[in-house]
Order: sequence, then structure tokens, then C-alpha cells
Amino acid sequence: MLKDRDQERQRVFTRRALLLGGAQLGMVGALLGRLYYLQVVEADRYTVLAEDNRINIRLLPPPRGEIVDRFGVPLAINEKNYRVVVVREQARDVPATLERLGRLIDLPEREMRRVLREMKRKRAFVPITVRENLTWEDVSRVEVNAPDLPGVAIEVGLSRFYPYGETLAHVLGYVAAVSESELTGDPLLELPDFRIGKNGVERVYDEYLRGKAGTSQVEVNALGRVIRELSRDEGTPGRRIEITIDTELQRFAMERLGAESAAAVILDVHNGDVLALASTPGFDPNAFNRGLTPKEWEELISNERGPLNNKAISGQYAPGSTFKMVVALAALEAGVITPKQRVFCPGHMELGDTRFHCWKKGGHGHMDMHDGLKHSCDVYFYEIAKRLGIDRVAAMAERLGLGKVLGFDLPGERGGIIPSRAWKQGRMGKSWHQGETLIAGIGQGYVLTTPLQLAVMTARLVNGGIAVNPHLIRRQPGDGLGVPGANLVPELGFPSMGISAEHLRIVREGMSAVMNEPGGTAYRARIAEAGMEMGGKTGTAQVRRISMAERLAGVKKNEDLPWKYRDHALFVGYAPVDQPRYCCAIIVEHGGGGSAVAAPIARDLLIETQKRDPMRGRPIAGLPRQEG
Amino acid sequence: MSFGAFSNREMTLGQKLLQLNWMLIILLAVVCSIGFAMLYSAANGNWEPWAVRQMVRFSGALVLMLVIAMVDVRFWMRWSYAIYLVALALLVVVEVAGDIGMGAQRWIDFGIIQIQPSEIMKVALILALARYFHGVGHEETGRPMMVLMPVLMIAAPALLVLKQPDLGTAGMLIMAGTALLFLAGVRLWKFLLVGGIGLACFPIAWGMLREYQRQRVLTFLNPENDPLGAGYHIMQSQIALGSGGLFGKGFLQGTQSHLQFLPEKQTDFIFTMLAEEFGMVGASGLIGLYVLIVIYGFAIALRARSQFARLLGLGLTVNFFLYFCINIAMVTGLMPVVGIPLPLISYGGTAMLTLMMSFGLLMGVYIHRDLRIGRGGLDED
Repeated sequence: MLKDRDQERQRVFTRRALLLGGAQLGMVGALLGRLYYLQVVEADRYTVLAEDNRINIRLLPPPRGEIVDRFGVPLAINEKNYRVVVVREQARDVPATLERLGRLIDLPEREMRRVLREMKRKRAFVPITVRENLTWEDVSRVEVNAPDLPGVAIEVGLSRFYPYGETLAHVLGYVAAVSESELTGDPLLELPDFRIGKNGVERVYDEYLRGKAGTSQVEVNALGRVIRELSRDEGTPGRRIEITIDTELQRFAMERLGAESAAAVILDVHNGDVLALASTPGFDPNAFNRGLTPKEWEELISNERGPLNNKAISGQYAPGSTFKMVVALAALEAGVITPKQRVFCPGHMELGDTRFHCWKKGGHGHMDMHDGLKHSCDVYFYEIAKRLGIDRVAAMAERLGLGKVLGFDLPGERGGIIPSRAWKQGRMGKSWHQGETLIAGIGQGYVLTTPLQLAVMTARLVNGGIAVNPHLIRRQPGDGLGVPGANLVPELGFPSMGISAEHLRIVREGMSAVMNEPGGTAYRARIAEAGMEMGGKTGTAQVRRISMAERLAGVKKNEDLPWKYRDHALFVGYAPVDQPRYCCAIIVEHGGGGSAVAAPIARDLLIETQKRDPMRGRPIAGLPRQEG
Repeated sequence: MSFGAFSNREMTLGQKLLQLNWMLIILLAVVCSIGFAMLYSAANGNWEPWAVRQMVRFSGALVLMLVIAMVDVRFWMRWSYAIYLVALALLVVVEVAGDIGMGAQRWIDFGIIQIQPSEIMKVALILALARYFHGVGHEETGRPMMVLMPVLMIAAPALLVLKQPDLGTAGMLIMAGTALLFLAGVRLWKFLLVGGIGLACFPIAWGMLREYQRQRVLTFLNPENDPLGAGYHIMQSQIALGSGGLFGKGFLQGTQSHLQFLPEKQTDFIFTMLAEEFGMVGASGLIGLYVLIVIYGFAIALRARSQFARLLGLGLTVNFFLYFCINIAMVTGLMPVVGIPLPLISYGGTAMLTLMMSFGLLMGVYIHRDLRIGRGGLDED
């Protein structure tokens, strides 16, 4: 009976054990099915995911292209930048290591704390920069003591260096760390040490200078540590860019302008090469690369002389008497006066009930065009401007390159203002007054120009009537250096302005008389060396309005005024006078009179320019010899 | 079934040794050796720190297994309740004074060794239930009151373990216990009833879970939802498995495991590493070996003459099956991650020890298969 009962139990057990076994088989089947799904059906997808996990692409920043001057002198180069780094997992006792390091190189307490702080946030194998820009002595001291400094290593990077510093700061611009708004999605820009062109040539041609990033495919683990390199593509270094500047001339110009708040532009009148583009005071572009302190930045932007501002292209000034050639040429072209026709200057001119004064009290007497330019007689130009009307003056100014941006290669170029009836109506909603024409006729009032525009105007006046445009980059055909808005390759040639050669000659003779005839406003600043003589025109731009009361009480001398209220001194000139090759435009902010302050600077610059011309004295092929 | 000559006579030690199931021992050794190889790989081709220690443990556990196999099953039957009570007491102790390990109270530190009472309970529960049903006749298992006692015997440790909280082990206790009830002949409708009640109690159990456990369940349901948090392990495990493909990346070549994308590759996720390096072929091969061991367990249990031995044998086999089935289901994303190691392969002492002990018991069942045992645990006349 007992046996029966047990047999029944065994029967149930066996039956149920088999059921259970069947269920287990089902479960094993499910596991195998799952494995089949993951490892066969979905294998490709997961293989891709595993590769994504494992392979990381690192960017190798390309070396930035060099910038050189017209003679190949390097102006912006990449210097090896030695920095000392420490790796926590190799250093073991980091504070002690830093302590030892601090005895070898200058390492302030504050920096040590920063390193320790940064170290806490980063993984043990990530190198932390302790100090950058080590000198060669620092490097060798660290290397010699390497056995005592576990985890400390010297790394080499490239950093931008401008050997001429301030001299070319406004032209070259500078590079600095990429800011949030400049991110374009290019991963290169997101590299922590990457620098981008922020101003000048560095900014405009950043794309060419930057080059193409290389890549390094590395295998990484889940913590991001690099296990090994799988492949490497070195990328393309940035392109070299040659600019038209003559560095020595530029340095000479910067030094000659000195501490003034001033600008100077020197152009080749035939091809538009910018030989010098000076703006003072300057700033140290290398400081931007290293990173400015808030105090340094504050000093730069609060300086009333605007060191960051490139006055040569973005400073807008009333041209003063340097504008008189525009009016003279317009008058000749319009036929409102002949060169020999005279205008009587009693020292002032009445229009309605307003009296317009000549700069010379008592007047110049009878003036023809030659003498009007030579003596810069205001009344003569009031008269011909009145005959012309503002719109014909404006049209000529624009043909000579004023009033519009020229499309120069640098950022921040301003267009100036050439007023006309339509301009005033559109801008102020008021109609034009004839008195304003007179004021505009001597380059005052609404008229604003940049030094670069004045240089271009001068070039166009003296180069035989060619509408030359300035440019800064020397291009070779097919080099692909095209920047939207920038001027075309010079070898395509500039079009003629279509102005009578005779009229241009008359104006040019007036400019020669200013310098070379006794009584000319800049006679004292003439060049005496034979073959190097210059022509030019002075200008003085009034910064404040002189009231009648003040005029009666006696106009204050410029030197007695606060700097901010003094007149701007201007000068445009060219040389050699008989076969113009170079021209220049000078502005000295609040410098006083053009003849006293600006003309001597122009003289020095034009002498230096001619002396430095390797082709001096030889005729230029294809250019007609012009009558001086 | 053979009605052998020495049905109820005491066997000599020599006779017992001859009866040892050597095929099973070889199978276990093969599986453990695969484990050593995987631990060697997990340490990037180093015997240290895991493979060597695991080998030492295996050697010790092997000896222990053989010793246990020699012990008469009647001894275990006699002490089964006592062992169960001691294990239960240890669970209470661990609840009160256990060290916190892995975010849950699981370990008791005895200075030299740390033990995990829940692992001991897995064996103790099977012993106690086998003992209980041995004494209950076929017709008596039909009575509801007769089922209440074993349900309590399962529920008490399961709740304690759940409170630790160790969802996986609690689940294993419940499943192994249920399997024993089923094998003992408890009516099927009762399982359905209990199952229904269990489902009804689900909200209560959900309330008892800790936040991280709930998170695991939710993450299991949708791992992509949280790819860098709790879903990371499951995602990376599946990537490792899938990228292994049919034949795998080769020994020591698993990128996911060696580049540390795979978490806990020497313990819970060791199957993933194996499947990554040896592909579906290798993974299925291991499952095949496990199935062979389970088949041995079934064969042994089915040949045993006493209800106790049968239930013990199959209970231990089911326990082993649950181990690998849950672990593999977990790493392949069929189940939430509940922290059950891969038996005989994952690095870990207590699991290795209790598993080898249970195989010792299983072999004891085989050696003593022809013993007939009375209802009270005494020899039958």
C-alpha cells in the first residue's frame, strides 16, 4: 500500500518533471532566439554602434599660413610655444611635484591652486597646462630635472607671433580665442587652443590662412582615454599671404607719426598697391593672442586717441582744403570757369546776409585757378562752387573715389559723406542751401572722407585719370584669393575716369605750385633733392564752429585750445612731381594747420618712399611720360 | 529503475566513490574552465586579479562538493529543517546587522569570510521543501492546509530577501519553491489562484521596491530612454552582443568589454563578453553545456527512489537552471537587470561555493538513489 502510494507520487513527479523540462526547453529556446536576433539579425546595426563607441576622431589643427610683406619679410609667423603640463596619474603627489616645479620656473601660488582645482574636474590621464610660453631656459631647466618631476612634461604648440608688433597691428589685425558667436559648426573652431583672425588681414583672409584640419582616428575606451591611433591625416597647412606693405616704410611712417593721433596712407598711384597704412597710436597684437587682462582691455578702449581704431580706413574727417582739387576739376570739366579767369578775393564773400570768410584776413586779391590752389584761397573756391552747384561737385568727388567704401581688403572701412541735394533731402528731409555749397567747396560742412579715400583721390588726380583702386593683397593669377567685395586683380587694369588730360594737368600744376613756388602754402615743406620733388595740397579741418562773436574778439590760436577742439591737420601729396609714382595722405587729429604739421610728415614719407623704391629712376614700362 | 542489491544497506566509501557521476564532474570542470578563460580575458589577458582566485575557489569548492556527495541523503533530510531555520535566522541577522554591500544589505562579515545568507537560503529552502513534501502523501497534497505551510516557508525568506533588497534572489526563491510545489503534485488551479493573488499584490510589491529597483524595471522596458543613466548597461550589453555576430571578435578581442564600455564584465555581464568574443556560436555552446548539466540533473532526480531525493535533485537542478536562464535573459535584455551572476563562470565566491555544494547534494542523490526512506525520515522496513 505504501509502495502504491509512493508509486503514485513518483508518477505525478515524473509527469510534472517532464512538463517542467518542457517549459525549461521553451525558455532556452527563447534565449537562443534572442541571441539569434541580436547576433545575426541585428548584428550589423550593433557593429556600427560598437565602432562608434570605440573610434573617436580627433582634429589636428593646421599651422596657420604666414603673412609676408612685399619683399617677403615675415610679418605674422607661428612660433613654437613651449608649455609645461602635468598628468595627475603619473605625478602621484601633485602638490609636491608642483612645489618642486615652482623652484625651477616662476610659478605663483595662485597658478598652483588653479592647476589643482582644474585637476579635480578632469580625468587622471588628462594633461593640465601649468604654464605657457616658457623660455628656452625654463624648458631646459625642467628637462634636466625630469627625473625628479614625475608626470611633468613639456608640450610644444604653435602660437601666432607678430615680430613687428604695433607697427602693423592695424593692417594684420590679430588672432584670439574663438568666441561663442563665431562658432559655425566647424569642429576645428571648438578646439580649446584654436585661434581665429579677429581683425585686419587675419580676419579677412582667415579662411585661407586657416588651412584644413587633419584628423587622427583614435581608439578610446569608455572613459575617453586614447588607447591607440588607428589612422592619421595631416591636413593642409594654411596658405601664405603676401601683402603690398613695405614693412620698413610702414615702420618709418609709424615712427614719424609718433605719439600723435594720426593716420598716413602711401599708395602706388598706378597699380593701387598700399605701401604703408599707418594709424597711431597702435597696440600690441601679440597681447590679444595671449589674452588681454581686463585692465589692459579697459585701457585700450577708454583711450581717447583710439588705439584700436584703424584711422586710415575708418576715421572720417572733413577734408578741408584738400577737397579743392575736386572742386577745381569739376569746374573745369563743367566749363564754369577757365584756368585763367580770375576771381577777386577781398577776404570774404557775401551770400545773402551771411559772410563767408577766407582763411587769410584781408584777402588774396585777384586769383586764377593756379593761384587759388597755390594759396588755397577760400573765396576763389566759394565762387566756383557756387557756380557749379553742389550736385556737380558731388559727382566729381565720387568719380575721384570719395563718399563710398572702396572695397578695400580690411574690415571696418568707412565710406565718408559727399553731400548732395538728394543726400540732404533723404538724410534730413530738408532742402539744400546755397551757403552749404560754399562750405562744401572748401571741404567743410557735411563732407567727410577717410585718409584712404584722400590717397585714392590723389592717385586718380595724378596718374593720368585712371580710376585706380587700393588693395593690400598681392595676388597671383589663379591663386583663388577672392574675397567678396574686395577689389579685382590689378592686372585686369583700371578703367579711365574719362576726364580731360588737360584739366588734370592744370590741377596737378596747382598742386605743384603749392609746394614748389614761393608763396605756396606748403613751400617750406618742399623736397629740394632733384628728381624727388613733390606736389601736394594742405588742408585744415575745423573741428568746432567759430562764432561771429569769437571772430570779432579775435580767433583763438589753435595751441590755446584743449586738444579735443584743435583743428585736424591734413595733407595729400605725390612724388615725383614730373612723373608721379607715389601718393600719400596724412591726417593728424587735432594737430593744427596742414601746412605746419601734416606737410612735413608727407615730405619725409615721400622722400623715404622714393628712396626705398628699387626701380627708382627707371622708366615704368607702358606708362606715358607726363608733363610736370 | 533498478532494484539494486544494496537498496537499503549502508555503502562503503569506496562504493560511493565508484558511484560518483564523473561525466557531471567533467562537465562542471569544463564550464568552470570557460569561466577562467573569460576572467583572464576580462582582466585584459591577465591571470590576476580574477582568474587565479576563481581557480583556487573552484579547487576548494570541488573538494567540498565531493565530500558532500559522500554524505547520506538521510543526514540532509534529518537536518533539513534545522538548516532552513539557521539560514532564515541568518537572513534576519543580515537584515538587522548586515553590512551594506552593493547598495543593499546582503552580506554578513565573519572576519575571515563574508557570507551571503540569501545564497545559503536557496539550497536550504529546497532541502526544507523536499523534506516537507516527502512526508506528505499524494492525496494529502490536495488539501489546502497542506499547501499553506510550504507557501509560508517560501514567503518568509523571499520577503526578507526582497527587503534587503535583492529582487533577483527573491524571485529565484519564489520560482524554485513554486517549481517544487508543482513537482510535489499541488493542484494546478492552486498555482493559478496564487498567481492571481500575486498579480493583485503587485502594487504592494512595487511599493516595497527601492527607487533604483523601480528604475531598473522601467529602464528595462525602455532602455533607449536613458542611454547614459540606468539604461547604459543594457544598451552597452546589447551592443556588445550584437557586434559579436555569429562567430565573435575572437578571444581577448572584444572591443566593448576591453575598452570598458561593458560594465561589471567579470561578474553579472560576463556572458556578454563571452558572446562578444565568441559570437552566437560560443554563446549557444555554453548554453548547450548548461542544458547538458540540467539534463543530468533531471536524469538523477528521475532515478531516485525516495520523494525527498527526487525533489531535492530536481529542485537543485531547477535552481541552477534559473541561475543561468535569468542571467542570460538579463544581459540580453529580456529581463530587468536584477543582479544574478552566471553560474560557475561569474567571478564570486559565495555563488561558486553554494553551487558546488548543491552539485555535491545532487551527486549525493545519485549515489544514494536507491535508498528508500520512510515518511518520517527513517528507513523503510
